[in-house]
Amino acid sequence: MESRREFLKTAATGALLLSSKSALGLGGAADHNAVKSRVVIARDAKVYSSPGQLDETRVVALLDRAVASWTGYNKPLDGWKRILGKDLGPDKVIGLKVNGLGGKGIATHPVLTKAVCERLQQAGIKPANIIIWEQRTRFLEACGFEHSDNPGSIRTLSSEIFGYEQNPQSFGSARVNLAKALTLCDMVIGLPILKDHSMAGVTFAMKNMYGVVERPFELHRDGCNPAVADLNCIPVVRQKVRFTIGDALSSVYDGGPGFRPERLWYPNALIVGEDRVALDSVAWQMIERKRSEVGMPTLESAGRPPRYIATAANAAHGLGTNEPGRMEVVEV
Amino acid sequence: MTHRSSIFAIALAAAAIFTLMGPAACRKKAADPFPATDAASGWKKTSATRIFAAKDLYQYIDGDADQYVAAGVVTTSTSDYKYQGKIEATADVFEMGDVNGAQKMLDAGSLAGGKQLAIGDGGIAFAQSVLFRKGPYLVRIVAYQGDPDTPLALSGLAQAIAGKL
Repeated sequence: MESRREFLKTAATGALLLSSKSALGLGGAADHNAVKSRVVIARDAKVYSSPGQLDETRVVALLDRAVASWTGYNKPLDGWKRILGKDLGPDKVIGLKVNGLGGKGIATHPVLTKAVCERLQQAGIKPANIIIWEQRTRFLEACGFEHSDNPGSIRTLSSEIFGYEQNPQSFGSARVNLAKALTLCDMVIGLPILKDHSMAGVTFAMKNMYGVVERPFELHRDGCNPAVADLNCIPVVRQKVRFTIGDALSSVYDGGPGFRPERLWYPNALIVGEDRVALDSVAWQMIERKRSEVGMPTLESAGRPPRYIATAANAAHGLGTNEPGRMEVVEV
Repeated sequence: MTHRSSIFAIALAAAAIFTLMGPAACRKKAADPFPATDAASGWKKTSATRIFAAKDLYQYIDGDADQYVAAGVVTTSTSDYKYQGKIEATADVFEMGDVNGAQKMLDAGSLAGGKQLAIGDGGIAFAQSVLFRKGPYLVRIVAYQGDPDTPLALSGLAQAIAGKL
Protein backbone atom coordinates (compact mmCIF):
# COMPACT_ATOMS: atom_id res chain seq x y z
CA MET A 1 0.00 0.00 0.00
CA GLU A 2 1.46 3.35 -0.94
CA SER A 3 2.04 5.96 1.71
CA ARG A 4 0.09 9.19 1.63
CA ARG A 5 3.24 11.04 0.55
CA GLU A 6 3.82 8.63 -2.34
CA PHE A 7 0.16 8.75 -3.25
CA LEU A 8 0.14 12.53 -3.39
CA LYS A 9 3.33 12.55 -5.43
CA THR A 10 1.87 10.10 -7.96
CA ALA A 11 -1.35 12.06 -8.18
CA ALA A 12 0.47 15.34 -8.65
CA THR A 13 2.62 13.89 -11.41
CA GLY A 14 -0.43 12.47 -13.14
CA ALA A 15 -2.30 15.71 -12.93
CA LEU A 16 0.75 17.62 -14.14
CA LEU A 17 1.14 15.29 -17.11
CA LEU A 18 -2.51 15.64 -18.05
CA SER A 19 -2.40 19.43 -17.71
CA SER A 20 0.79 19.61 -19.79
CA LYS A 21 -0.74 17.48 -22.51
CA SER A 22 -3.84 19.66 -22.54
CA ALA A 23 -1.73 22.78 -22.74
CA LEU A 24 0.25 21.32 -25.60
CA GLY A 25 -2.87 20.30 -27.43
CA LEU A 26 -1.99 16.64 -27.17
CA GLY A 27 -5.47 15.58 -26.33
CA GLY A 28 -5.27 15.50 -22.55
CA ALA A 29 -7.57 12.78 -21.29
CA ALA A 30 -7.82 11.24 -24.75
CA ASP A 31 -4.13 10.37 -24.65
CA HIS A 32 -4.81 7.83 -21.97
CA ASN A 33 -1.99 5.42 -22.69
CA ALA A 34 0.52 7.49 -20.76
CA VAL A 35 -1.24 7.78 -17.41
CA LYS A 36 -4.37 6.37 -15.89
CA SER A 37 -7.39 8.62 -15.86
CA ARG A 38 -7.86 9.68 -12.29
CA VAL A 39 -11.37 9.98 -10.90
CA VAL A 40 -11.87 11.05 -7.32
CA ILE A 41 -15.06 10.33 -5.40
CA ALA A 42 -15.12 12.46 -2.28
CA ARG A 43 -17.83 11.67 0.24
CA ASP A 44 -19.12 13.18 3.43
CA ALA A 45 -21.96 11.37 5.14
CA LYS A 46 -22.70 14.51 7.18
CA VAL A 47 -22.78 16.98 4.30
CA TYR A 48 -26.52 17.43 4.90
CA SER A 49 -27.16 19.10 8.24
CA SER A 50 -30.85 18.21 8.03
CA PRO A 51 -33.04 16.61 5.35
CA GLY A 52 -32.52 18.58 2.15
CA GLN A 53 -30.32 21.15 3.85
CA LEU A 54 -26.65 21.19 2.89
CA ASP A 55 -24.03 22.30 5.37
CA GLU A 56 -22.15 24.97 3.40
CA THR A 57 -18.96 24.62 5.40
CA ARG A 58 -18.87 20.89 4.81
CA VAL A 59 -19.52 21.33 1.07
CA VAL A 60 -16.51 23.65 0.80
CA ALA A 61 -14.42 21.17 2.79
CA LEU A 62 -15.60 18.32 0.56
CA LEU A 63 -14.68 20.29 -2.56
CA ASP A 64 -11.24 21.03 -1.12
CA ARG A 65 -10.74 17.37 -0.28
CA ALA A 66 -11.74 16.28 -3.78
CA VAL A 67 -9.43 18.80 -5.44
CA ALA A 68 -6.57 17.96 -3.10
CA SER A 69 -6.92 14.28 -3.84
CA TRP A 70 -7.14 14.77 -7.60
CA THR A 71 -4.23 17.19 -7.85
CA GLY A 72 -2.11 15.90 -5.02
CA TYR A 73 -1.85 19.32 -3.44
CA ASN A 74 -3.12 19.70 0.09
CA LYS A 75 -3.60 23.47 -0.11
CA PRO A 76 -6.77 24.22 -2.07
CA LEU A 77 -5.25 27.16 -3.93
CA ASP A 78 -2.30 25.09 -5.12
CA GLY A 79 -4.75 22.50 -6.38
CA TRP A 80 -6.84 25.09 -8.21
CA LYS A 81 -3.75 26.60 -9.80
CA ARG A 82 -2.86 23.14 -11.04
CA ILE A 83 -6.35 22.62 -12.50
CA LEU A 84 -6.40 26.02 -14.15
CA GLY A 85 -2.92 25.60 -15.62
CA LYS A 86 -2.49 27.90 -18.61
CA ASP A 87 -5.92 29.39 -17.95
CA LEU A 88 -4.76 30.98 -14.75
CA GLY A 89 -4.32 34.63 -15.58
CA PRO A 90 -5.95 38.00 -14.98
CA ASP A 91 -7.82 38.06 -18.27
CA LYS A 92 -8.75 34.40 -18.55
CA VAL A 93 -12.45 33.62 -18.59
CA ILE A 94 -13.62 30.51 -16.76
CA GLY A 95 -17.09 29.09 -17.42
CA LEU A 96 -19.09 26.91 -15.08
CA LYS A 97 -21.71 24.85 -16.91
CA VAL A 98 -24.30 23.96 -14.30
CA ASN A 99 -27.33 21.72 -14.88
CA GLY A 100 -30.85 22.69 -13.86
CA LEU A 101 -32.91 20.87 -16.47
CA GLY A 102 -34.54 18.65 -13.87
CA GLY A 103 -35.88 21.61 -11.90
CA LYS A 104 -34.84 22.86 -8.51
CA GLY A 105 -35.29 19.47 -6.86
CA ILE A 106 -32.44 17.98 -8.87
CA ALA A 107 -30.18 20.79 -10.08
CA THR A 108 -26.52 21.54 -9.44
CA HIS A 109 -26.55 22.75 -5.86
CA PRO A 110 -25.92 26.52 -5.59
CA VAL A 111 -23.73 26.05 -2.54
CA LEU A 112 -21.33 23.93 -4.61
CA THR A 113 -21.26 26.41 -7.49
CA LYS A 114 -20.60 29.26 -5.07
CA ALA A 115 -17.80 27.29 -3.42
CA VAL A 116 -16.15 26.78 -6.82
CA CYS A 117 -16.51 30.51 -7.57
CA GLU A 118 -14.90 31.37 -4.25
CA ARG A 119 -11.92 29.13 -4.90
CA LEU A 120 -11.53 30.43 -8.47
CA GLN A 121 -11.39 34.00 -7.19
CA GLN A 122 -8.90 33.06 -4.51
CA ALA A 123 -6.80 31.49 -7.24
CA GLY A 124 -6.73 34.82 -9.09
CA ILE A 125 -9.68 34.76 -11.46
CA LYS A 126 -11.56 38.07 -11.52
CA PRO A 127 -15.27 37.86 -10.64
CA ALA A 128 -16.21 39.38 -14.00
CA ASN A 129 -14.27 36.59 -15.69
CA ILE A 130 -16.34 33.86 -14.12
CA ILE A 131 -19.41 32.82 -16.08
CA ILE A 132 -22.07 30.53 -14.68
CA TRP A 133 -24.49 29.51 -17.38
CA GLU A 134 -27.31 27.25 -18.43
CA GLN A 135 -29.31 26.74 -21.57
CA ARG A 136 -32.61 28.17 -20.33
CA THR A 137 -33.48 30.86 -17.81
CA ARG A 138 -35.67 28.44 -15.88
CA PHE A 139 -32.83 25.90 -15.67
CA LEU A 140 -30.46 28.60 -14.44
CA GLU A 141 -32.99 29.64 -11.80
CA ALA A 142 -33.30 26.02 -10.70
CA CYS A 143 -29.56 26.19 -10.02
CA GLY A 144 -30.13 29.22 -7.80
CA PHE A 145 -29.15 32.02 -10.18
CA GLU A 146 -30.94 34.67 -12.21
CA HIS A 147 -29.70 35.93 -15.54
CA SER A 148 -27.34 38.79 -14.77
CA ASP A 149 -24.66 40.35 -16.92
CA ASN A 150 -23.51 43.17 -14.68
CA PRO A 151 -19.96 44.36 -15.20
CA GLY A 152 -17.62 43.72 -12.31
CA SER A 153 -19.45 40.78 -10.81
CA ILE A 154 -19.80 37.11 -11.61
CA ARG A 155 -21.87 36.72 -14.75
CA THR A 156 -24.82 34.34 -14.57
CA LEU A 157 -26.11 33.80 -18.06
CA SER A 158 -29.05 32.12 -19.69
CA SER A 159 -28.32 31.19 -23.29
CA GLU A 160 -31.96 31.99 -24.06
CA ILE A 161 -30.99 35.61 -23.50
CA PHE A 162 -27.25 35.65 -24.15
CA GLY A 163 -27.61 33.74 -27.39
CA TYR A 164 -25.90 31.26 -29.67
CA GLU A 165 -23.23 31.45 -32.33
CA GLN A 166 -24.63 31.82 -35.84
CA ASN A 167 -22.32 29.37 -37.56
CA PRO A 168 -23.02 25.73 -36.74
CA GLN A 169 -20.23 23.38 -35.68
CA SER A 170 -20.15 19.72 -36.64
CA PHE A 171 -18.72 16.38 -35.69
CA GLY A 172 -20.31 13.15 -36.86
CA SER A 173 -24.04 13.22 -36.22
CA ALA A 174 -23.89 16.46 -34.24
CA ARG A 175 -24.41 19.72 -36.11
CA VAL A 176 -25.06 22.40 -33.52
CA ASN A 177 -25.06 26.08 -32.75
CA LEU A 178 -22.98 26.58 -29.65
CA ALA A 179 -23.80 28.91 -26.77
CA LYS A 180 -21.94 32.20 -26.91
CA ALA A 181 -21.22 31.73 -23.23
CA LEU A 182 -19.15 28.67 -24.16
CA THR A 183 -17.17 30.29 -26.93
CA LEU A 184 -16.45 33.28 -24.70
CA CYS A 185 -14.65 31.10 -22.17
CA ASP A 186 -11.00 30.09 -22.17
CA MET A 187 -11.79 27.07 -20.03
CA VAL A 188 -14.99 25.43 -18.90
CA ILE A 189 -15.53 23.40 -15.76
CA GLY A 190 -18.55 21.12 -15.98
CA LEU A 191 -20.78 21.04 -12.91
CA PRO A 192 -23.32 18.36 -13.85
CA ILE A 193 -25.60 16.59 -11.41
CA LEU A 194 -25.76 12.81 -11.43
CA LYS A 195 -29.07 11.49 -12.80
CA ASP A 196 -30.77 8.59 -14.44
CA HIS A 197 -31.97 9.53 -17.93
CA SER A 198 -35.04 8.13 -19.66
CA MET A 199 -33.28 7.91 -23.03
CA ALA A 200 -29.52 8.11 -22.50
CA GLY A 201 -29.50 5.91 -19.38
CA VAL A 202 -27.24 8.19 -17.38
CA THR A 203 -26.61 11.91 -17.58
CA PHE A 204 -23.48 13.34 -16.05
CA ALA A 205 -20.23 14.81 -17.44
CA MET A 206 -20.62 14.39 -21.21
CA LYS A 207 -24.40 14.63 -21.40
CA ASN A 208 -24.22 17.95 -19.53
CA MET A 209 -22.88 19.41 -22.77
CA TYR A 210 -26.36 19.15 -24.28
CA GLY A 211 -26.91 22.39 -22.41
CA VAL A 212 -24.34 24.23 -24.51
CA VAL A 213 -26.26 23.87 -27.77
CA GLU A 214 -29.35 25.57 -29.08
CA ARG A 215 -31.41 22.53 -30.08
CA PRO A 216 -30.40 19.61 -27.86
CA PHE A 217 -33.61 17.72 -28.60
CA GLU A 218 -32.19 16.99 -32.05
CA LEU A 219 -29.50 14.86 -30.38
CA HIS A 220 -31.76 12.39 -28.56
CA ARG A 221 -32.10 9.70 -31.22
CA ASP A 222 -30.98 6.12 -30.43
CA GLY A 223 -30.39 6.73 -26.75
CA CYS A 224 -28.28 9.80 -27.54
CA ASN A 225 -25.68 7.55 -29.12
CA PRO A 226 -23.44 8.57 -30.84
CA ALA A 227 -24.67 12.15 -30.40
CA VAL A 228 -23.25 12.62 -26.89
CA ALA A 229 -19.82 11.45 -28.03
CA ASP A 230 -20.01 13.45 -31.25
CA LEU A 231 -21.01 16.63 -29.46
CA ASN A 232 -18.13 16.30 -27.02
CA CYS A 233 -15.77 15.87 -29.98
CA ILE A 234 -16.64 19.23 -31.50
CA PRO A 235 -13.31 21.03 -31.16
CA VAL A 236 -14.58 23.96 -29.10
CA VAL A 237 -16.24 21.61 -26.61
CA ARG A 238 -13.35 19.17 -26.56
CA GLN A 239 -10.72 21.82 -26.01
CA LYS A 240 -12.48 24.10 -23.56
CA VAL A 241 -14.28 21.69 -21.26
CA ARG A 242 -11.28 20.44 -19.36
CA PHE A 243 -12.41 19.62 -15.87
CA THR A 244 -15.54 18.30 -14.20
CA ILE A 245 -16.73 18.72 -10.65
CA GLY A 246 -19.68 16.37 -10.63
CA ASP A 247 -22.44 16.98 -8.11
CA ALA A 248 -23.56 13.70 -6.60
CA LEU A 249 -24.69 15.25 -3.33
CA SER A 250 -28.14 14.09 -4.37
CA SER A 251 -29.28 12.13 -7.39
CA VAL A 252 -32.22 10.35 -9.01
CA TYR A 253 -31.63 6.68 -9.82
CA ASP A 254 -34.77 6.28 -11.93
CA GLY A 255 -37.30 8.45 -13.74
CA GLY A 256 -34.75 11.12 -14.68
CA PRO A 257 -33.80 13.54 -15.98
CA GLY A 258 -36.73 15.25 -14.23
CA PHE A 259 -37.17 15.50 -10.47
CA ARG A 260 -38.65 12.33 -9.03
CA PRO A 261 -38.63 12.73 -5.25
CA GLU A 262 -39.65 9.08 -4.86
CA ARG A 263 -36.43 8.07 -6.64
CA LEU A 264 -34.14 10.58 -4.96
CA TRP A 265 -31.09 9.39 -3.11
CA TYR A 266 -28.13 10.98 -1.41
CA PRO A 267 -24.70 9.72 -2.45
CA ASN A 268 -23.29 12.72 -0.47
CA ALA A 269 -20.44 12.86 -2.96
CA LEU A 270 -18.51 14.91 -5.44
CA ILE A 271 -16.99 13.12 -8.42
CA VAL A 272 -14.12 15.03 -9.98
CA GLY A 273 -11.69 14.52 -12.79
CA GLU A 274 -10.57 15.50 -16.24
CA ASP A 275 -11.55 12.46 -18.29
CA ARG A 276 -15.28 12.78 -18.94
CA VAL A 277 -15.54 9.23 -20.25
CA ALA A 278 -14.01 7.81 -17.09
CA LEU A 279 -16.22 10.08 -14.97
CA ASP A 280 -19.34 8.88 -16.78
CA SER A 281 -18.27 5.26 -16.42
CA VAL A 282 -17.94 5.73 -12.68
CA ALA A 283 -21.25 7.60 -12.54
CA TRP A 284 -22.98 4.80 -14.45
CA GLN A 285 -21.75 2.21 -11.99
CA MET A 286 -22.96 4.31 -9.07
CA ILE A 287 -26.45 4.45 -10.58
CA GLU A 288 -26.40 0.70 -11.26
CA ARG A 289 -25.34 -0.08 -7.70
CA LYS A 290 -28.19 1.99 -6.32
CA ARG A 291 -30.72 0.43 -8.68
CA SER A 292 -29.52 -3.03 -7.70
CA GLU A 293 -29.74 -2.10 -4.02
CA VAL A 294 -33.43 -1.19 -4.36
CA GLY A 295 -34.23 -4.15 -6.60
CA MET A 296 -34.56 -2.29 -9.88
CA PRO A 297 -33.43 -3.75 -13.21
CA THR A 298 -30.12 -2.72 -14.72
CA LEU A 299 -30.20 0.03 -17.31
CA GLU A 300 -29.43 -2.61 -19.93
CA SER A 301 -32.52 -4.57 -18.85
CA ALA A 302 -34.51 -1.35 -18.78
CA GLY A 303 -33.56 -0.85 -22.43
CA ARG A 304 -31.40 2.21 -21.97
CA PRO A 305 -27.77 1.39 -21.30
CA PRO A 306 -25.59 4.48 -21.77
CA ARG A 307 -23.93 3.22 -24.94
CA TYR A 308 -22.54 6.64 -25.71
CA ILE A 309 -19.85 6.07 -23.07
CA ALA A 310 -18.21 3.26 -25.05
CA THR A 311 -18.64 5.28 -28.23
CA ALA A 312 -16.83 8.22 -26.66
CA ALA A 313 -13.96 5.91 -25.75
CA ASN A 314 -13.56 4.37 -29.20
CA ALA A 315 -10.78 5.24 -31.61
CA ALA A 316 -12.99 7.50 -33.72
CA HIS A 317 -13.73 9.72 -30.72
CA GLY A 318 -10.83 9.18 -28.30
CA LEU A 319 -12.38 11.29 -25.58
CA GLY A 320 -11.10 9.17 -22.73
CA THR A 321 -11.26 5.70 -21.33
CA ASN A 322 -14.01 3.44 -20.07
CA GLU A 323 -11.61 0.60 -19.28
CA PRO A 324 -11.32 -0.01 -15.54
CA GLY A 325 -7.66 -0.95 -15.98
CA ARG A 326 -6.93 2.49 -17.37
CA MET A 327 -8.69 4.34 -14.61
CA GLU A 328 -7.57 5.18 -11.14
CA VAL A 329 -10.70 5.60 -9.08
CA VAL A 330 -9.95 6.99 -5.66
CA GLU A 331 -12.50 7.30 -2.88
CA VAL A 332 -11.74 9.80 -0.14
CA MET B 1 -67.26 23.96 -62.06
CA THR B 2 -70.89 22.76 -62.22
CA HIS B 3 -73.41 23.42 -59.47
CA ARG B 4 -73.47 19.70 -58.65
CA SER B 5 -69.70 19.39 -58.32
CA SER B 6 -69.59 22.53 -56.12
CA ILE B 7 -72.05 20.97 -53.70
CA PHE B 8 -70.01 17.78 -53.68
CA ALA B 9 -66.81 19.72 -52.93
CA ILE B 10 -68.45 21.62 -50.05
CA ALA B 11 -69.84 18.39 -48.61
CA LEU B 12 -66.41 16.75 -48.84
CA ALA B 13 -64.75 19.68 -47.10
CA ALA B 14 -67.36 19.66 -44.34
CA ALA B 15 -66.86 15.93 -43.84
CA ALA B 16 -63.10 16.44 -43.61
CA ILE B 17 -63.47 19.23 -41.05
CA PHE B 18 -65.86 17.13 -38.97
CA THR B 19 -63.50 14.17 -39.09
CA LEU B 20 -60.54 16.25 -37.99
CA MET B 21 -62.30 18.23 -35.27
CA GLY B 22 -64.85 15.73 -34.07
CA PRO B 23 -62.89 13.94 -31.33
CA ALA B 24 -61.41 17.14 -29.94
CA ALA B 25 -64.76 18.92 -30.00
CA CYS B 26 -66.39 16.07 -28.08
CA ARG B 27 -63.78 16.08 -25.31
CA LYS B 28 -64.42 18.11 -22.18
CA LYS B 29 -61.86 20.87 -22.42
CA ALA B 30 -60.05 22.04 -19.30
CA ALA B 31 -59.39 25.71 -20.01
CA ASP B 32 -57.14 26.03 -16.98
CA PRO B 33 -56.80 22.92 -14.87
CA PHE B 34 -55.11 24.72 -12.00
CA PRO B 35 -56.98 25.87 -8.91
CA ALA B 36 -56.53 29.49 -7.90
CA THR B 37 -54.96 30.46 -4.60
CA ASP B 38 -56.87 28.94 -1.66
CA ALA B 39 -59.18 26.99 -3.96
CA ALA B 40 -57.27 24.04 -2.57
CA SER B 41 -56.97 24.52 1.18
CA GLY B 42 -53.65 26.09 2.16
CA TRP B 43 -52.25 26.22 -1.38
CA LYS B 44 -51.15 29.43 -3.03
CA LYS B 45 -50.65 29.47 -6.79
CA THR B 46 -47.19 31.02 -7.16
CA SER B 47 -46.68 31.16 -10.91
CA ALA B 48 -48.60 31.80 -14.07
CA THR B 49 -49.82 28.73 -15.94
CA ARG B 50 -47.40 27.77 -18.70
CA ILE B 51 -48.68 25.71 -21.62
CA PHE B 52 -46.55 23.74 -24.05
CA ALA B 53 -47.76 22.19 -27.30
CA ALA B 54 -46.35 18.73 -28.04
CA LYS B 55 -43.81 20.12 -30.48
CA ASP B 56 -42.52 22.53 -27.82
CA LEU B 57 -42.52 20.16 -24.87
CA TYR B 58 -38.72 19.82 -25.03
CA GLN B 59 -38.58 23.43 -23.85
CA TYR B 60 -40.03 22.27 -20.56
CA ILE B 61 -38.78 18.73 -20.10
CA ASP B 62 -36.07 18.17 -22.66
CA GLY B 63 -34.94 14.58 -22.30
CA ASP B 64 -38.31 13.46 -20.96
CA ALA B 65 -40.41 14.99 -23.73
CA ASP B 66 -39.95 12.21 -26.27
CA GLN B 67 -41.74 9.56 -24.25
CA TYR B 68 -44.76 11.81 -23.77
CA VAL B 69 -44.79 12.71 -27.45
CA ALA B 70 -44.61 9.01 -28.35
CA ALA B 71 -47.59 8.38 -26.08
CA GLY B 72 -49.58 11.09 -27.86
CA VAL B 73 -49.33 14.15 -25.64
CA VAL B 74 -51.34 17.08 -27.01
CA THR B 75 -50.51 19.84 -24.55
CA THR B 76 -48.76 20.13 -21.21
CA SER B 77 -49.70 22.72 -18.62
CA THR B 78 -47.68 23.49 -15.53
CA SER B 79 -47.90 25.73 -12.51
CA ASP B 80 -46.04 26.22 -9.24
CA TYR B 81 -47.67 26.21 -5.81
CA LYS B 82 -46.77 26.78 -2.19
CA TYR B 83 -48.51 25.24 0.79
CA GLN B 84 -48.79 27.33 3.96
CA GLY B 85 -45.56 29.10 3.06
CA LYS B 86 -43.45 26.02 3.63
CA ILE B 87 -43.93 23.38 0.92
CA GLU B 88 -43.17 24.27 -2.69
CA ALA B 89 -44.60 22.12 -5.44
CA THR B 90 -44.98 21.93 -9.19
CA ALA B 91 -48.08 20.51 -10.85
CA ASP B 92 -47.97 19.23 -14.42
CA VAL B 93 -51.10 18.32 -16.39
CA PHE B 94 -50.45 16.30 -19.54
CA GLU B 95 -53.40 16.21 -21.91
CA MET B 96 -52.90 13.04 -23.93
CA GLY B 97 -54.59 12.14 -27.21
CA ASP B 98 -56.67 9.48 -25.51
CA VAL B 99 -57.13 7.48 -22.32
CA ASN B 100 -54.66 4.82 -23.46
CA GLY B 101 -51.87 7.34 -23.82
CA ALA B 102 -52.46 8.66 -20.31
CA GLN B 103 -52.63 5.15 -18.87
CA LYS B 104 -49.46 4.19 -20.69
CA MET B 105 -47.56 7.03 -19.07
CA LEU B 106 -49.05 6.21 -15.68
CA ASP B 107 -47.89 2.62 -16.03
CA ALA B 108 -44.46 3.63 -17.38
CA GLY B 109 -43.17 4.77 -14.01
CA SER B 110 -42.05 2.34 -11.36
CA LEU B 111 -44.85 2.27 -8.81
CA ALA B 112 -42.87 0.44 -6.15
CA GLY B 113 -43.17 2.05 -2.76
CA GLY B 114 -46.26 4.06 -3.62
CA LYS B 115 -49.80 3.90 -2.26
CA GLN B 116 -52.85 3.53 -4.47
CA LEU B 117 -54.71 6.79 -4.83
CA ALA B 118 -58.47 7.12 -5.33
CA ILE B 119 -58.42 10.35 -7.28
CA GLY B 120 -59.74 10.67 -10.82
CA ASP B 121 -59.49 7.28 -12.46
CA GLY B 122 -56.80 6.19 -10.03
CA GLY B 123 -53.19 6.90 -9.35
CA ILE B 124 -50.39 6.56 -6.89
CA ALA B 125 -49.01 8.63 -4.06
CA PHE B 126 -45.50 8.82 -2.65
CA ALA B 127 -44.21 10.86 0.26
CA GLN B 128 -43.41 13.84 -1.97
CA SER B 129 -45.29 13.21 -5.18
CA VAL B 130 -48.64 12.25 -6.63
CA LEU B 131 -49.43 10.80 -10.05
CA PHE B 132 -52.95 10.14 -11.28
CA ARG B 133 -55.02 9.85 -14.43
CA LYS B 134 -58.42 11.27 -15.17
CA GLY B 135 -59.69 10.40 -18.64
CA PRO B 136 -57.02 11.46 -21.12
CA TYR B 137 -55.26 13.63 -18.53
CA LEU B 138 -52.19 12.58 -16.61
CA VAL B 139 -51.34 14.70 -13.59
CA ARG B 140 -48.05 14.74 -11.72
CA ILE B 141 -47.44 16.87 -8.65
CA VAL B 142 -44.03 16.94 -6.98
CA ALA B 143 -43.14 18.65 -3.71
CA TYR B 144 -39.65 19.95 -3.08
CA GLN B 145 -39.73 19.66 0.68
CA GLY B 146 -40.43 16.60 2.73
CA ASP B 147 -42.68 17.52 5.64
CA PRO B 148 -45.15 15.58 7.76
CA ASP B 149 -47.91 17.63 6.10
CA THR B 150 -46.75 16.97 2.54
CA PRO B 151 -48.76 13.82 1.69
CA LEU B 152 -52.08 15.24 2.86
CA ALA B 153 -51.40 18.62 1.29
CA LEU B 154 -50.54 17.00 -2.06
CA SER B 155 -53.68 14.93 -1.90
CA GLY B 156 -55.75 18.10 -1.41
CA LEU B 157 -54.15 19.80 -4.38
CA ALA B 158 -54.62 16.68 -6.52
CA GLN B 159 -58.32 16.56 -5.62
CA ALA B 160 -58.73 20.20 -6.58
CA ILE B 161 -57.03 19.68 -9.94
CA ALA B 162 -59.06 16.52 -10.64
CA GLY B 163 -62.20 18.56 -9.98
CA LYS B 164 -61.27 20.96 -12.75
CA LEU B 165 -60.58 18.29 -15.37
